[in-house]
Amino acid sequence: MTRITIGPFNRVEGDLEVRLDVESGRVQRAEVTAPLYRGFEQILEGRPPLDALVLAPRICGICSVSQSVAAAAALRHAMGTEAAPNGLLATNIAHAAENAADHLTHFYIFFMPDFAREAYASQDWYQETRERFAATRGSAARDALPARARLLETMGIIAGKWPHSLAFQPGGATRAIELGERVRLLSIVTSFRTFLERTVFADTLENMLSLSTADELDRWRAGRSGDFAHFLRLADSLALSELGKGPGVLMSYGAYQGADCGLFPRGIVGPDMVVEPLPLSQISEDVSHAWMRDCSSDPAHSNTVPDPDKAGAYSWCKAPRLSGQPVEVGAIARQTVAGQALIADLVAPSGTNVRNRVIARLIETARIALAMEQWTRALRLSEPFCAPSQEMPDGAYVGLVEAARGSLGHWVAVRGGKIERYQIIAPTTWNFSPRDSLGVAGPLEQALVGTDVGEAGARSVAVQHVVRSFDPCMVCTAH
Amino acid sequence: MSQSNGMTNLLWLQGASCGGCTMSILESGSSGWFDELRQFGINLLWHPSVSEETGEEAAEVLNSVREGRVPLDLLLLEGSVARGPNDSGRFNMLAGTGRSIYHWMLDLAPRADYVVAVGSCAAYGGVPAAGANPTDAVGLQFEGADAGGALGAGFRSRLGLPVINVAGCAPHPGWMMETILALTSKDLSATDLDTYGRPKFVANHLAHHGCSRNEFYEFKASAETMSERGCLMEHLGCKATQAVGDCNQRSWNGGGSCTKGGYACIACTSPGFEDAQNFLETAKLAGIPVGLPTDMPKAWFVALAALSKSATPRRVRLNATADHVVVPPGRTTAKRTP
Repeated sequence: MTRITIGPFNRVEGDLEVRLDVESGRVQRAEVTAPLYRGFEQILEGRPPLDALVLAPRICGICSVSQSVAAAAALRHAMGTEAAPNGLLATNIAHAAENAADHLTHFYIFFMPDFAREAYASQDWYQETRERFAATRGSAARDALPARARLLETMGIIAGKWPHSLAFQPGGATRAIELGERVRLLSIVTSFRTFLERTVFADTLENMLSLSTADELDRWRAGRSGDFAHFLRLADSLALSELGKGPGVLMSYGAYQGADCGLFPRGIVGPDMVVEPLPLSQISEDVSHAWMRDCSSDPAHSNTVPDPDKAGAYSWCKAPRLSGQPVEVGAIARQTVAGQALIADLVAPSGTNVRNRVIARLIETARIALAMEQWTRALRLSEPFCAPSQEMPDGAYVGLVEAARGSLGHWVAVRGGKIERYQIIAPTTWNFSPRDSLGVAGPLEQALVGTDVGEAGARSVAVQHVVRSFDPCMVCTAH
Repeated sequence: MSQSNGMTNLLWLQGASCGGCTMSILESGSSGWFDELRQFGINLLWHPSVSEETGEEAAEVLNSVREGRVPLDLLLLEGSVARGPNDSGRFNMLAGTGRSIYHWMLDLAPRADYVVAVGSCAAYGGVPAAGANPTDAVGLQFEGADAGGALGAGFRSRLGLPVINVAGCAPHPGWMMETILALTSKDLSATDLDTYGRPKFVANHLAHHGCSRNEFYEFKASAETMSERGCLMEHLGCKATQAVGDCNQRSWNGGGSCTKGGYACIACTSPGFEDAQNFLETAKLAGIPVGLPTDMPKAWFVALAALSKSATPRRVRLNATADHVVVPPGRTTAKRTP
């Protein structure tokens, strides 16, 4: 048995170290470490509750809207008030823009460059892939970065700026949109659709979303140009559907807000593919292998206090569990729980894996591009965008949203007009959790077991595909 | 890959950061940031979010700089330097290297022609240094408004400059890129920095300058709750008259700014901004905002405010507390009501 340490693990958001025990060229055991702790939960304690709207988004520069929306949802719950419907629509549009930008950033900047590495020089697709996807030098970045910047102009209109906006409030959003601005928003959404249809899919979004089986996807991609079809060819060539299998249970808190309860539903789904209600009270956090002091396992009652010298610990990340089990979150979980036909047909036989995670992200991007257009048209321009704030009585409150990378929850306890406790469980906290007190490994730790690293050891590109297929956000993980 | 071929070597590291400064600069350049760097002859030696080199390959890049085998023109740090626990830096280890970012910066900074703190965290400590500062986070050369920080007040980079602080949370992509390019062409000298190490081309402006709510400010016609159109200074915590930045003179994300977005400036370019409380509520003493414009005597402000309030046009007064324009500009025949 050889133990190898991989780090710095870059082209993820934030800091990550992975340790692998390897025997006969295969990973036997993995330990995943979040090596950065900043202490946001400690920083928030004792402050006025609304200050969370300034501080909590700054956990993450890549999903600050998600953190904002989670904080605003928790505080809205604390106020016992309802947001202005326009405010929720504007929030949805901005949140969708951020999530779509994240999916693009992941695909083009973080994930695809691994296929342009020297390790694949003997493949017949190598030259084409290198020209298109090489990190910082490939032609894809010249297409994707301007498209991303244009999409983020949504933020200039709705949120003032990105990242780190204060526009998302318990009562809605701080800026009433006028007719000219709605037209500008539609223009941005149309540009985004054009980028997706020309560059990513080489087909219309409607055609993409009409594909409902793995066979249809195979027929669709034959001879097709576009970066998605290119990825599907690589996925076949490298058998990415057999790489990085997840733990089996998928969870979604439900995504986007509205009178009709949002775009993607809340729920959990197991290997039997039956969607069931989410037992919220069964969420717990274990710190047996985290550099954290023991406290309540219920996020509504726990604190976050570092214990840097704790024996047996190897990460600043806690280990969240649902009914005692690790679960996988992310676009693949959202789309499976939502019953998206193609994703369900891919997940049913092969579960979650490197290929399916990437496909789910891109199919979700097509879905939210269409939703952004509908939400923009649904704004009632003469009506309010923000309901006034209310007093916050003592109590424990929760805000649950879906960030690009999966389920994000903020648990806040208010006492005497101050934050008594603030607990955050971020998507990558779920996916990159360390072991729990029973020794059960987290989802990535499980997904890495069995990976063939061959002679490459720490340089194994397969390990990089598995890790980056989760699109980890390490700055969110330990906060 | 080095100065010998005329390229400028730029190394970008992330400390206790949120990655937001990187996300912001990825919006720079009409054909993308990578293309923009190439156009100006800048070689991105390594950047944790975007570079191909990973694991031991990346560690080799860092070691080659530390050991002086590769010359370093620009060293950029995003995120604060977490010195804790007990000065070990263990709250922020650079994965795979067994060393903390704190200690990496102590090694690398003296090797660089210029050292740039990207964002308010790297400049002054920023949000990780808020409250009880659980990780002993500081900026590279400041701890809040006090000189010092991780590298010490006396630190000078190889070409004799202190750390250049591109403050902001996150900074505008233009602030970062213009600083990089001014250093690349050796156009930025110590006299181009203000007392907090910020480039004067940003710091010589206030966020207030060019604010689209300026007419409301002139007449002290104030918004009272979120989403109203009036001036945000009197009730909603706006610090734009005290915070440096050309935020309202250039567009963010194609046309926005915080005050255009409907919420207060929280002075994110200022050292220690993170320690304020009740960000969106104006602190007042006897009904008068505590934080008045930096260079204005209080008595004058109070007198002028009273005078301008008495002269507020009806249009401005009514629009200030509405979220839509309720009275458009134009000649009115209606009698002015006081």
